[in-house]
Amino acid sequence: MSHLKSRKLSLAKRGLSFEMFMWAFTRVTALAMYGFILLGVIGALIMGAQHHLTFVEVLRWALITNPGHVESTNLPEIAPWVSSFWRLIASGMLLTAGSHGVHGVIVILDDYLPKDNQRNWNRYLNMGIFALVALAGLYIIWTA
Amino acid sequence: MGLQRNVSLSTGLRYKGHSPFWAYILHRIGGAGMALFITIHIFSTFADQQGWKIGGLVNNLYTSVPFQIFILFCVLFHAINGLRITILDFFPQKLMPYYRQIIYVQLALFVLVFGFAAVSVVATALGRM
Repeated sequence: MSHLKSRKLSLAKRGLSFEMFMWAFTRVTALAMYGFILLGVIGALIMGAQHHLTFVEVLRWALITNPGHVESTNLPEIAPWVSSFWRLIASGMLLTAGSHGVHGVIVILDDYLPKDNQRNWNRYLNMGIFALVALAGLYIIWTA
Repeated sequence: MGLQRNVSLSTGLRYKGHSPFWAYILHRIGGAGMALFITIHIFSTFADQQGWKIGGLVNNLYTSVPFQIFILFCVLFHAINGLRITILDFFPQKLMPYYRQIIYVQLALFVLVFGFAAVSVVATALGRM
């Protein structure tokens, strides 16, 4: 398996290109999302999820800790679930997942778009949609 | 100039990359599925909040059992596969020689979590009938 050995160049000698940065960004945001989800699950358990929510309802809450995600459940008291803390966590998750996702979508579509101007439009359109999604999402999280 | 492709879809699907190849394909399907779902879901929830009827109609689709199972597949496969990629990339020298075995561990974990989630969705739907 000698061909699998990685090069032992330091980051300073290799240089940090945009691709290298996005490679690291994708992995760091993946771990950050695991952190957000873990926080959501632990918070849900502290707030009494084991008596009032199903497994999938806990997952839905943990993925985005938005008040709307627990509205239609059997929770007797929704107040602790609707706080600035949980809205902040939801905003963090939205922006982390959104930026991770828009990069992923652009990378996937690049594989099917051979021309330079197609690839440019791929970037403009997807980043534009992401900006709208982020604004609408933040509006929902903070006004629901 | 971008790359030129001379391989048809049917030839591409017969590519014998085995588990890492299928993990890569399913990772893309899961990611694209989530991106599409989250975009529509946020816009429809926004519409619903504004009192536009279209929002509620679209949001009702998400509560159907087949759709929930599809989106759970996307989320859980992408999350578990992504964690494997991240761990392998952070410790390449130690773990890369075992990458095929690690995919089997990942698949076992995925079947467990996804199976539990799918059973939970179906049980909840039956309970509400």
